[in-house]
Amino acid sequence: MSINTNGVFKAKDFATDQDVRWCPGCGDYSILKQVQTVLAQLGLRPAETAVISGIGCSSRFPYYMNTYGVHSIHGRAPAVASGLRIANPDISLWLVTGDGDGLSIGAGHLVHALRRNFNFNILLFNNQIYGLTKGQYSPTSEQEKITKSTPMGSIDYPINPLALAQGADASFIARSMDRDPKHLQAMLKRCHGHKGTALLEIYQNCNIFNDGAFFTFSDKATRPASTIYLEHEQPLVFGKEGELGIRIDGWKPQVVRLDEGAYSKDDLWVHDEKDQFKSQMLTRFFDNPTAGEDFLPRPFGVLYAIERPTYDDLILAQLDQAIEEKGAGDLDALLAGSETWVVK
Amino acid sequence: MTKTTELRDEITIKFAGDSGDGMQLTGSQFTNNTALAGNDISTFPDFPAEIRAPQGTLAGVSGFQLHFSSRPVFTPGDQYDVLVAMNAAALKANLKTLKKEGTIIANISGFDKKNLRLSKQESNPLEDGSLEGYRVIEMDITRLTRECLKEFKLGTKEKDRSKNMFVLGFLYWMYNRKMDSTISFLETKFKKKPEVLAANIKTLKAGYHYGETTETFTTRYEVKPASIPPGEYRNIMGNQALVIGLITAAQKAKLPLFYGTYPITPASDILHGLSKYKNFGVRTFQAEDEIAAVCAALGASYGGNIGVTGTSGPGLALKGEAIGLAVMLELPMVICNIQRGGPSTGLPTKTEQSDLLQAFYGRNGECPMPIIAAASPSDCFEVAFEACRITLQHMTPIMLLSDGYIANGAEPWKFPKAADIPAIEVGFKTELGAEEEEFLPYKRDENYVREWVIPGTEGLQHRLGGLEKEANTGNVSYDPANHEYMVKIRQAKVDKIADFIPLQALDNGPEQGDLLIVGWGSTYGAIKSATRDLLKEGYQVAHAHIRYLRPFPKNLSDLFKNYKKILVPEINNGQLSKIIREEFLIEVEQYNKIQGVPITKGELITVVKQLLK
Repeated sequence: MSINTNGVFKAKDFATDQDVRWCPGCGDYSILKQVQTVLAQLGLRPAETAVISGIGCSSRFPYYMNTYGVHSIHGRAPAVASGLRIANPDISLWLVTGDGDGLSIGAGHLVHALRRNFNFNILLFNNQIYGLTKGQYSPTSEQEKITKSTPMGSIDYPINPLALAQGADASFIARSMDRDPKHLQAMLKRCHGHKGTALLEIYQNCNIFNDGAFFTFSDKATRPASTIYLEHEQPLVFGKEGELGIRIDGWKPQVVRLDEGAYSKDDLWVHDEKDQFKSQMLTRFFDNPTAGEDFLPRPFGVLYAIERPTYDDLILAQLDQAIEEKGAGDLDALLAGSETWVVK
Repeated sequence: MTKTTELRDEITIKFAGDSGDGMQLTGSQFTNNTALAGNDISTFPDFPAEIRAPQGTLAGVSGFQLHFSSRPVFTPGDQYDVLVAMNAAALKANLKTLKKEGTIIANISGFDKKNLRLSKQESNPLEDGSLEGYRVIEMDITRLTRECLKEFKLGTKEKDRSKNMFVLGFLYWMYNRKMDSTISFLETKFKKKPEVLAANIKTLKAGYHYGETTETFTTRYEVKPASIPPGEYRNIMGNQALVIGLITAAQKAKLPLFYGTYPITPASDILHGLSKYKNFGVRTFQAEDEIAAVCAALGASYGGNIGVTGTSGPGLALKGEAIGLAVMLELPMVICNIQRGGPSTGLPTKTEQSDLLQAFYGRNGECPMPIIAAASPSDCFEVAFEACRITLQHMTPIMLLSDGYIANGAEPWKFPKAADIPAIEVGFKTELGAEEEEFLPYKRDENYVREWVIPGTEGLQHRLGGLEKEANTGNVSYDPANHEYMVKIRQAKVDKIADFIPLQALDNGPEQGDLLIVGWGSTYGAIKSATRDLLKEGYQVAHAHIRYLRPFPKNLSDLFKNYKKILVPEINNGQLSKIIREEFLIEVEQYNKIQGVPITKGELITVVKQLLK
């Protein structure tokens, strides 16, 4: 166990001596590295950090972090973290989950964590496949997908994770990708800075069972037209040379060209992280880019971020309020209750 | 006309009426009054499963049973001496449990055509002779109440709400009681509604005076104070005692209590109770489901709180996987299972002891955990305290079993003083020892107990998880020999608790004899009362009641050898019997009742006499 004496921790101080057992080439390696780098950059101490996970490939994450951590049971990381958060309000708390763990067996807990707004960060590794059980379709897999359990193609309609989060009144919603380390680092920092539940969906490539699921969004050729990187108070511009933009036509977002004279940047939708209605539209930018010409690009970055009271602050405030109103608990008064009698 | 007073040893009264008739309040008021009069008491409420069941129907009957005596009592009574029936349905639902020649106090306005139709009775039992042999006291309580409140400005509906006070007043007359305790209760309850307060007090007194002045009633009854150990007492219900026990343990361990739960009958009152005591630092968390509730409790334990979860049978089934995780993580956690009739949704408001096997075996893998069971309402206090002690000092989740009968039953409790309750020593590891190079989260002490570290502690970071652990390091291990070792060591850790619990004592009876009655949980009162009566009749019968069900007390096997026969009465199909046969390789006699109601003293006496013929 490395104990850093000068008080400044490096990325390697957040790594354990355990062999990392993800498949070679897995997107999880990049995410692990960015998390370790960012925690060190943020000046956090490993001892004041905890990582809670459920079950699945991504959920092995805590074993590779030289922090506190629990590798819990399938889907239940938010529930375990809820209790830990209340018991231990000061540590930096991170949850790692996947599309099976967080959106299938644990979808209920995810929704309730988001609405309660516990002060922790949820990293949702989405690879659109079950990896640990060797290649069944997941709740984010596209329809018609051929997998081990869907030889004739999946008939399940996929979940839109960020729209679900928006529906649960999440206070922070963002998206990033394993293949974009810089952006991922920036998003991890935003998660840390957010007080409340921060949900970061990370597109993660499973090179064994679902290789290339998100290549459209990372490949040099297709990326410019299929992705849009959001920045607060900036117009929605994308494309190779910034020649494309999004404007709102009534209630409908519309892709326009900025190089043909009809529209300029002044005509575009300006991103506002705090605008719940517009962020709902952004979560609905969910077209399949390979489907055809007329599609909306996939947004990356912070779709929504507002401050509202956290559950952990509220529960502790009630404890203080109770003591203020009734005085600290008197055990003898509790034992006696309101009515007693004496037998002589 | 002269009025006489007869002395009685014991009385059992059943108050029964519609859910809206205020029978629970009437019963609890009479109970408090009875306690103040110095009698020993035991009570049991009997609610309908539906919150607002249709008025006048059998499904809507709500009851409250009270047994009081000049001798110690341990059950709410087998049969009633007095049945208060506010309507026809209440009479029909309870008549079979009324003693022969028992007294019926009937509200005749509850026996009109509509009530008879709703309770599916073709003729009026008050008129058709079917109550012959009983002493029937007919009163038009509704009319008398309205009459006495005719000067009040309240509406008829509001006036009718006072009619339970008329009954209570009449019973106070009948049992020679003072009304002060109820008057002061009403003064607090209706402090802000002076008109309602005045109406209730007037009706209460009217009921009393009705007994005094009406010539029909000539006899009053008196039950002398019981000779119970001196001290200060209060009345307590099982779930209430559990709440107080948990808080007391948390205070004595100097740790915050975290209660994660999901509403379920009959455990919900624990949540209601604990949520009132936030000024004791109690954190209550009403989770989104049973699984989240137990997981949150476990998370809180990882964070250094006493994590507690509470549920009933179906909820326990859902919690199984997370309890297995707690066994693997070797963290403290108390799982309170307030049992009810099963399987599946079963009989939510009825009692049963049918989760003992679930507590023993209801998880995947070799997954042992200690089990402790409460025997009576006040015993829940001690059992809750003990559960916290064991879980904190042995780093294992523990199952606490209670049931609907204990949870809602009530009895007097000679409560302890806070200063007399011992502290629970808990040691967190806060730094590496002088000899240690690194922290080994699964290194064990001489009792096979690992150390507890709160996240945030510098230099002791470690990861826990549900995958099999390597001994000492806690790293993930698939090594065959290590797995077998870890399975055995987790078992040994639970077995070792036997060194830290009291030996099994006899509750009553000779140290050797013809029969040992072995009970656990809520059969305590019935077995205790039956044993007392059987001993008086000269039978060589003893009673042992097992609180620590896993591990068993070390002397249990020796105790069994001193009796020719062993009888295990249970409100299930023979679960402890099965475990005793398996564990001790001895034959036991069973007595099983699976009707959602407690075993009675009377039927147990019959069983024992049959067995010893």
